[in-house]
Amino acid sequence: MTACEIWKGILKLATQQHAMVAVDHLNKVYESKERRVEAIGDLSFEVNQGDFTCIVGPSGAGKTTLLKCLAGLLAPTRGSVRVNGHQVTEPPEEMAVVFQEYGRSLFPWKTVRENVELPLRERKIPKAEREKTVSDALKAVALDHVGESYPWQLSGGMQQRVAIARAVAYKPKVMVLDEPFAAVDAQTRADLEDLMLTLWSELGLTLIFVTHDIDEAVYLGQRVLVLSSSPTRILDDVSIDIPVPRSQATTRIDPQFATLRTRVYAGIQKAKKGA
Amino acid sequence: MFNALRKLFVELALPALLFALLYIMSANSTNFYFPALSAVLKQFNLLWLGPRFAADVIPSLERLMAGYLLACIAGIAIGIPIGLYKPLRRALEPVLEFFRAIPPVAMIPLLIVNMGFGNSMKITVIVAGAIWPILLNTVEGVKAADHVLNETCQTYGIRGFARLRHFIVPSASPQIIVGMRLGLSIGIVLMVISEMFAALDGLGSAIIYFQRSYEIPQMWSGVMMLGLFGFSLSVLFRWFERWALHWYDGMRDLERHS
Repeated sequence: MTACEIWKGILKLATQQHAMVAVDHLNKVYESKERRVEAIGDLSFEVNQGDFTCIVGPSGAGKTTLLKCLAGLLAPTRGSVRVNGHQVTEPPEEMAVVFQEYGRSLFPWKTVRENVELPLRERKIPKAEREKTVSDALKAVALDHVGESYPWQLSGGMQQRVAIARAVAYKPKVMVLDEPFAAVDAQTRADLEDLMLTLWSELGLTLIFVTHDIDEAVYLGQRVLVLSSSPTRILDDVSIDIPVPRSQATTRIDPQFATLRTRVYAGIQKAKKGA
Repeated sequence: MFNALRKLFVELALPALLFALLYIMSANSTNFYFPALSAVLKQFNLLWLGPRFAADVIPSLERLMAGYLLACIAGIAIGIPIGLYKPLRRALEPVLEFFRAIPPVAMIPLLIVNMGFGNSMKITVIVAGAIWPILLNTVEGVKAADHVLNETCQTYGIRGFARLRHFIVPSASPQIIVGMRLGLSIGIVLMVISEMFAALDGLGSAIIYFQRSYEIPQMWSGVMMLGLFGFSLSVLFRWFERWALHWYDGMRDLERHS
């Protein structure tokens, strides 16, 4: 073993300690009798603790498959996912997931409060502490006034805020969001994006945000990973050095924003052509 | 307030009209089998608002409730695992469909031979009939559980009994309650029939007794009591349904109006 190899090994060890999420040569093949679909070709990336990482890719880029592998909802065919140093074989306790279909991820027979509270009940957290956590989480998404309503009585944007509050109350180290704002109107979407930035800066979460919207990815992330169409690889890894705090009014007209946006856009176009 | 009164009026108008028509048209009836409604009402007052209520209606109600509750518990308890596990469903579905197709009435003579004339025979008949719609609807309801909610449960560590209690059962409950409603009406029919076969008390036994002794107005009063019996239970059931499914009804109303 040469000194160089040892040094590389030490470096790897050092970086692994900082990586909250580590994806290593991930490959996912869906196999049925009729056909074999390789959704994810070969993916490797790491997300450091406290980072806000956005993952963009054209539709059908295996984004949802990747997310399900991260969340322990799907077993990879090859390779591995590690969260906080532990290999993911089932949904990790330190991860909360916000799904795109907010209407179907909240329990319609439970009130907003009960929805946020349920995961905490299963963690056997004492009642008083639970109630405080739920109230704080609802306050963080500015929904403390609708705790006794049912989710279906709320607008789409509010429902997704309930789902975010549930994820916040779970006190995860990593929060993973799967195209969470794809189904809400533009104005609500801008508000929800800013909510995510606020939560991220206040709670020190590691965020992985999957989206197909380039502007959203560049506006939110510190880093944007551009995925190819399936079988998925990483086409580009863009570091977004636009200063925080960001704002809808100024950040989006920043020349740097335009440059980065163009770079990500070019990546997506390349992906669509099947690069 | 005014709306509620109007609604009550609309709901009661037709029954009142039919009752009045029947009363007037049958007033001078000389037909032995279709006596005047006034005669039937007189018997109703004497019998069912008198000693027969405790002697016949209460035993019937007890049998029905025992059989029906057993059918609900067993139907839901067996239906949940069948709905959850596909291999189990594959293996059991043909057998279940076969048993469901047998009218439980056909088993009454056999059950009498094995269990005698007592309550256990009647309760068994009620269970054997009422369980099928409950069981099969539970299977369907559990099978249709939403996969996004299922993944939500997985990611938030809601598993085992908590998953059943907070996810599987509530999500299947609209369908389960449809089955329970069907099961209740089947249960009432089987209660009457099993009492007609063999019983010393109960509504079915009273009606068949009056029929055999040609006490026709008394028999009709029993039929009337049976109608009221079924109607009251269905009103009670509707209350239960509204209470249990208030979230579902609210959600559907909203979807309809938007």
